[in-house]
Amino acid sequence: MSFVEYSEFIQEGDIAIIFLGHDSMMPVKVQQGAQTQTRYGVIRHSKDLIGQRFGTKVTCSKGGWVYVLHPTPELWTLNLPHRTQILYTTDIANITMMLELKPGSVVCESGTGSGSLSHAILRTIAPTGHLHTVEFHQQRAEKAAEEFREHRVGHLVTVRNQDVCKEGFGVTGVADAVFLDIPSPWEAVKHAKNAMKRQGGRVCSFSPCIEQVQKTVEALADEGFQEISTLEVLLRVHDVRTITLPLPDFGSDQPLETPTDTPVPSNASVLCKTTTPPRDMAGHTGYLTFATKPSV
Amino acid sequence: MADNGDNDSQHRVNEGDYVVLKRGDIYKAVQIQKKKKTVFEKQWFFLDNAVGELYGTTFEVVTGGTLQPRKPKLVESSADAKEAGTDNRNILDDGKSQKLTRDDIETLKEQGLKGQEIVQQLIENSTTFRDKTEFAQEKYIKKKKKKYENSVMVLRPSCRVMAMMYHGREPGKICHLRYDTLAQMLTLGNIHAGSKVLVFETCAGLVLGAVMERMGGYGSVVQMYPGGGPVRAGMESFGFPSHFHDTLHEFPICHVNALLAGALDTEAKDIDADSGQANGDKSNLTQTGPEKAESKECSPDTKDQCMETSTSTDPAADKEREEREKLREIRGQERKVKMEEKRKKLAAAAAVLEGRNADGLVIASRFHPCPVLLGLIKFLAPSRPFVVYSQYKEPLIECYTKLKEQGGAVSLRLTDSWIRHYQVLPNRTHPMLLMSGGGGYLLSGTTVATDTPKMGSTRGEEPAAKRLKLTETTEG
Repeated sequence: MSFVEYSEFIQEGDIAIIFLGHDSMMPVKVQQGAQTQTRYGVIRHSKDLIGQRFGTKVTCSKGGWVYVLHPTPELWTLNLPHRTQILYTTDIANITMMLELKPGSVVCESGTGSGSLSHAILRTIAPTGHLHTVEFHQQRAEKAAEEFREHRVGHLVTVRNQDVCKEGFGVTGVADAVFLDIPSPWEAVKHAKNAMKRQGGRVCSFSPCIEQVQKTVEALADEGFQEISTLEVLLRVHDVRTITLPLPDFGSDQPLETPTDTPVPSNASVLCKTTTPPRDMAGHTGYLTFATKPSV
Repeated sequence: MADNGDNDSQHRVNEGDYVVLKRGDIYKAVQIQKKKKTVFEKQWFFLDNAVGELYGTTFEVVTGGTLQPRKPKLVESSADAKEAGTDNRNILDDGKSQKLTRDDIETLKEQGLKGQEIVQQLIENSTTFRDKTEFAQEKYIKKKKKKYENSVMVLRPSCRVMAMMYHGREPGKICHLRYDTLAQMLTLGNIHAGSKVLVFETCAGLVLGAVMERMGGYGSVVQMYPGGGPVRAGMESFGFPSHFHDTLHEFPICHVNALLAGALDTEAKDIDADSGQANGDKSNLTQTGPEKAESKECSPDTKDQCMETSTSTDPAADKEREEREKLREIRGQERKVKMEEKRKKLAAAAAVLEGRNADGLVIASRFHPCPVLLGLIKFLAPSRPFVVYSQYKEPLIECYTKLKEQGGAVSLRLTDSWIRHYQVLPNRTHPMLLMSGGGGYLLSGTTVATDTPKMGSTRGEEPAAKRLKLTETTEG
């Protein structure tokens, strides 16, 4: 198992995603002799996981069952331990496409945070690309590096514990793309420009507040970036439902035989297969600002 | 780590490259061919001067139809100390404020004035310009620049650029798939180097190209196609290096059932990959073969029967006949070689599919998605993602329902994506006035093993229907 390559069978040391049902999942580190408690009972790693195929159904001690899934960055995003607010798949997908990431891309990112976007980037740039990620919080930087090693992607990433606004990304002239998710991205625009290849590249800044966006756009324009564009994306989920709608009873159009007879109420109803929106939805995550560094 | 001149070559435009021309929000995919006139935004020009320049360079179209690299833009001289008004209360929009006529402007154009200079002329000949507010002046200048500037940027094709181009120019060709929806598909499908991905699309090859870009030439892609042959125009415009094509297979869907039933005989010498006759029966396939192969020309074996009986003894006529025969033989051989190639390709694609261990499935077509999904999902290994695009919601509701019934998939989600662009300017920041109304719908999910028979009741992901009186709330 690795986050950048599929494998068929579960092995010791793998991360597996236990799927319990409707939107309920949990990550598990597979180890000989270990056990995992779920609401359906106990899963014994040695017997139930190791050697099994990803995707199989596992019966737990209480008789209930779960599925064991191969990890993907998308599943990881939904199950990772939050050390900071994270980016979700909707934004990640657009960032990936708009930054033109692909195998071989060299990417600079700051801040690393909980590594949600990092895993998605690594998946996309493997096997020949590299991610330089900067995190100014020491424990978070260490935890991220540890996770990358555990997830078998350590060879594709370099974690640096420094302040990107003061010291940059630690590399110059190598990046095809730069991503900023920091409180003051305008302070890092110059460093982003330096980290990027001389022949050009793409940059993205993610900010929750419009004031941050304004300052960043100004900084990008001042540094000569082109194609500056700001957008936001939201995902709407449609819950598929079968609903029953009763039909009204307007009575019979024939005169009643005996006036005292009450018409027999009909219980006719119609079944509809449709979707309904959830009660709440994510209304805002952040604004995404993209730009192109022109070739010098 | 500084890059030197050697690295440059891969960043420079070469003859024969597929590129994308850009002006503002308008894109067009073209191939660089010297001395060939290209039309873009009502202008004709030659792309010759782009060769050797870096990708991302902006050019001016000068008189004569040639491109000239534009000097790097100096920081725009701020319009301070220029005259401006405070509001528009006294500005009359009577259409008479511009003193230059259309003919005047044409004359200026013919004289070879650059776009910037024409805009300057328009400003000087506008009676109301200095009464406008600074913001209004900026807006006016931007608008005129857009109209009279003739700059063209030459971009390297990428999924981003191609998806925006198709969506802006020919949405009908791509089933109105909006670029952010395509972005979701690539990510939800976990498309990455080294995997084996199945693609069924009728989006002019755009989706195929996007998938191949994310694969980087590693792994394999099988394009399932309806009808006579796979459509790849959009994919070709990505300009992938030739070795990418080695990872690409194609398989006609008319043979899917045969393959699933184990009845597809790809060894049969006469199999025609495009034959719509396949019905899963070995004998039938070999029978329909020879009939198709013959068509107009006679195959070398039957040459003797087709040949005209020679009656005349005219040596000239004889020679002519001999040449005709030779030609027929050559053409016959060529057809045999082609048929053999097709057969080999079909066999190769079938071999890739047979194992039923594909890592991903991407569907985006004008066909009803339900049968497509239910048919092709059988080729996926367990614990792998699939994503289905449809311009409409209802067909996906059907897919969702049927998949729930038959099992074998979890985390089913029907979604659509909402996107909004912003204008960001000091004191003038707001969402754009026009917004995309819709970008299509996606159904995504993950396969699971289907060996065990369904136990009792399904652990339904769909919450049980609530009683009418209660307000609807969803589970966890």
